Amino acid sequence: MLAVEKLKERFPDEIVKVFESAGQTVVIVRREKIVDILRFLHGDVELLFDHLADLTAVDWLGKKTPRFEVVYTLYSIRYKQYLRIKAQVPEEDPSIDTVTSIWKTANWFEREVYDMFGLVFRGHPDLRRLLMPKDWEGHPLRKDYPLFLEPEKEWPTYKELREKTRELARYDWYPTLLEREKSEGAASEEADHGANA
Amino acid sequence: MIDFQAIFDTTNHFLLKYLGLSVFKSLVLVGITLLHVAYTTYAERKIIGHMQQRLGPNRVGPRGLLQPIADVLKLIHKEDIIPSCVDSPGVFKLAPFISLVAGATSLSVIPIWEHFVITNVNIGLLVVLAMSSLSSFGVILAGWASNSRYSFLGGLRASAQVISYEIAMALALVGVMMLAGSMNLVDIVKAQISSPYKVYLIPQIIGFFVFMVAAIAETNRTPFDLPEAESELVAGYFVEYSGIRFALFYLAEYFGMIVMCMLAVVCFLGGWYGPFEVPGVPFFWFLVKLYFLIFFYIWVRATLPRYRYDQLMGLGWKVLIPLSLLNIAITGLIKILV
Amino acid sequence: MAQTLEIIKKQQGEDQWDEPYYVNMGPQHPSTHGVLRLFLELDGETIVRCDPVIGYLHRGVEKLSEHRTYSQAMTLTDRLDYIASAANNVGYCLAVEKLMGLEIPRRAQILRVIVCEMARIASHLLWLATHALDIGAMTVFLYCFRDREWLLDIFEEICGARLTVSYPRIGGVRLDFTQEIIDELYRFTDEFPRRIPEYETLIDVNRIWLKRTVGVGKVSPEEAVNLGLTGPSLRGSGVAYDLRRHQPYLVYDELDFDVAVEFGCDVYSRYRVRMKEMREANKIIRQCLDLLKECEGEPVLADEAPDLLMPFGKVKTPQAAPHPKRGFVVKGVEVPVVPEGEVYFAIEAPKGELGYYIVSDGTGHPWRVRIRAPSFVHISALPALSEGQMVADIVAVIGSVDIVLGECDR
Repeated sequence: MLAVEKLKERFPDEIVKVFESAGQTVVIVRREKIVDILRFLHGDVELLFDHLADLTAVDWLGKKTPRFEVVYTLYSIRYKQYLRIKAQVPEEDPSIDTVTSIWKTANWFEREVYDMFGLVFRGHPDLRRLLMPKDWEGHPLRKDYPLFLEPEKEWPTYKELREKTRELARYDWYPTLLEREKSEGAASEEADHGANA
Repeated sequence: MIDFQAIFDTTNHFLLKYLGLSVFKSLVLVGITLLHVAYTTYAERKIIGHMQQRLGPNRVGPRGLLQPIADVLKLIHKEDIIPSCVDSPGVFKLAPFISLVAGATSLSVIPIWEHFVITNVNIGLLVVLAMSSLSSFGVILAGWASNSRYSFLGGLRASAQVISYEIAMALALVGVMMLAGSMNLVDIVKAQISSPYKVYLIPQIIGFFVFMVAAIAETNRTPFDLPEAESELVAGYFVEYSGIRFALFYLAEYFGMIVMCMLAVVCFLGGWYGPFEVPGVPFFWFLVKLYFLIFFYIWVRATLPRYRYDQLMGLGWKVLIPLSLLNIAITGLIKILV
Repeated sequence: MAQTLEIIKKQQGEDQWDEPYYVNMGPQHPSTHGVLRLFLELDGETIVRCDPVIGYLHRGVEKLSEHRTYSQAMTLTDRLDYIASAANNVGYCLAVEKLMGLEIPRRAQILRVIVCEMARIASHLLWLATHALDIGAMTVFLYCFRDREWLLDIFEEICGARLTVSYPRIGGVRLDFTQEIIDELYRFTDEFPRRIPEYETLIDVNRIWLKRTVGVGKVSPEEAVNLGLTGPSLRGSGVAYDLRRHQPYLVYDELDFDVAVEFGCDVYSRYRVRMKEMREANKIIRQCLDLLKECEGEPVLADEAPDLLMPFGKVKTPQAAPHPKRGFVVKGVEVPVVPEGEVYFAIEAPKGELGYYIVSDGTGHPWRVRIRAPSFVHISALPALSEGQMVADIVAVIGSVDIVLGECDR
């Protein structure tokens, strides 16, 4: 493919592997000069990969040594072809440069990768959690993150909300009326809770 | 010697004739208008439903006729919630009453037929205009007192909108005043009947158009209902109201609608005049014209989308006011030449 | 909340009269389609900054599919874009089939195209209904839902579910169409082109509608591509990027239809693009129904396709997903074994480019399923589209980019 040849010509030491999977070309590169590589692919007249279709990450825990791979799926609207670039990110230093200077759409994609995998994007204008709540601990899509959390590790805000609903449920006056009829002089607090709600 | 008997007679005379009769008339009128308002909500839901290829309410009572009563009963039973951060609970509670009372007071000067007007003041038209300005006061107070972003925005927008469209409305009515020669509403109708046109709609067609558009804007109805737009401001200035207070605002809006329609009937459509006399029902033609205008209001609501706020203000200031000024100029010319 | 407090603290040093006004179009709002929170900073009526906050509908679909087999994960994709769920299923099945190298029979391909285009019409009808309702024309809402009900009834005939159909299977589709369904579709395609002018007469040349939508939410073609917009939102800016023509899948290369492109770059042109797409989708369904007649009686499921129901046999995958308390173990189920590799497959969903990136490690469970949702990208483009506009315009802009939070949050 023309893109792969041009890449080999221009960045020969960055490319780790080139292979084909299900008829689609994939290039694995190192992460140091990723911005230059992508800018070259974006701007080159014969390639013109102007559409960043997807930016995501894959966690290869236990299978491959650079644990994370950031996957950039590029599409050229003019020449109608796909190209996938994968940048290897090791576990000890999970960070990579941001490509928001080339494509504005990478902003939220990178925020989501940070949220789900914990990879830090150097130079990102606004790196914070996107899908998970702001005070969430852990990065859900990593392979060592369990599918179901233990009850002790549950999100503290959720626990507070559950307690609060139990408190407010006592404002439901009819059942407490029945209880009161059963045991006279028991509930004297529902009025306070109702007023404070 | 002081003539106690004469004083007693005149007092009795005054109380019975003026006060008693007026109180009785106003009770009757307010009662009937409240009923009209309630059933206008029902009519709106049914008519819009049929325009949208569905039935409106048809469960409560035969054909859904008891729906407004069910709504009022439900709203009365709701809990009276006053949010804790309102600016001042007194103002919060007062605001719906101001809107409602301002709307209802205009009823006192509108003649239903020749001999039924509660107070036939010589400046009847001015009373109605003043009261419609006062109803915007209730809106501003509601928006401010609720102390919430959405209601504040809604209150601001509503007040600016009402002030702008009032001018256009008043100027449209100036044409009528010029042709009739008086502000007394009974005299206006009599002048219409005795004029060759019979209804002031014909010489004042521009004025009627401006008046109807301004009336729709005054009462915050679609297409000018951005202050209470459900999809942008989630009910705008009465978002913090619930229960019977919400019902009062709702009633005040429909009251305003009916008062504006009545005013249009009196000023432009000839009041109680009709091609033939219906024996025993002297207000027949008044009601027919009123119902037609209310239907027109509801029809417009079902059809048109909503104006954006700056376009709305642009329409009021840049289109309607020049049109009404043009109308006044034309009326003046007609009066001189004809 | 910490973010917003920071912003407020920054402003406290400035002059009292220059304080910006913060409005929160919160997660519960009639016109943000779903649970989207927009944090707006206003200056009078103009929006200075717009910060969308998502994640209220995050269900962890990507993580869940790593613990399910490929056929089971397909049912999870239903609920992404729940308005046009058939399109999500078709995309996922096509991606897995490409990875497996599986050829599906022609009849199944045509049936999938019909179901995709029906989903497109249903999605566009709902888009028009909510868009018009937000701008204030409430009659259009009910007219559109009347026709959408017809489509949902046909969906129910096809596979039993109105909204979250799981009609395709890896290797084909679940069941063939009966003759009643085909007759009903013929009736629908005859009647629908007469219904579209009904919606248009109400709003197309209405002055108020034109004033609300022309010139609002303008985005140039280059910026649109850079922001990642796809689908009708991009074609409203003049870029003719339609995946059915660029990378034809199923039988789209045999069908005759136009790609709707408008050059106005604003909300009104995106509206026109979608109205045209509804008509084209109708044409496509008609052509497919005629193509169906030629391949009567053919199978709808490939021979190598995995079994539909959950039969009992040897487990071919060494990886299970045990959880001590829930006991979620794939036992005795024949799962399709997908060769090692990865694939990115994108289809033209009603909302834009819906892409599936599936990484397989040679077992019965996918290693990574990534869903590239168009709504995710469109919401990220909202600040660029709406800064500088008025508050009332943001409702029009949200309506025009047609978002659904199910696929944005996954």
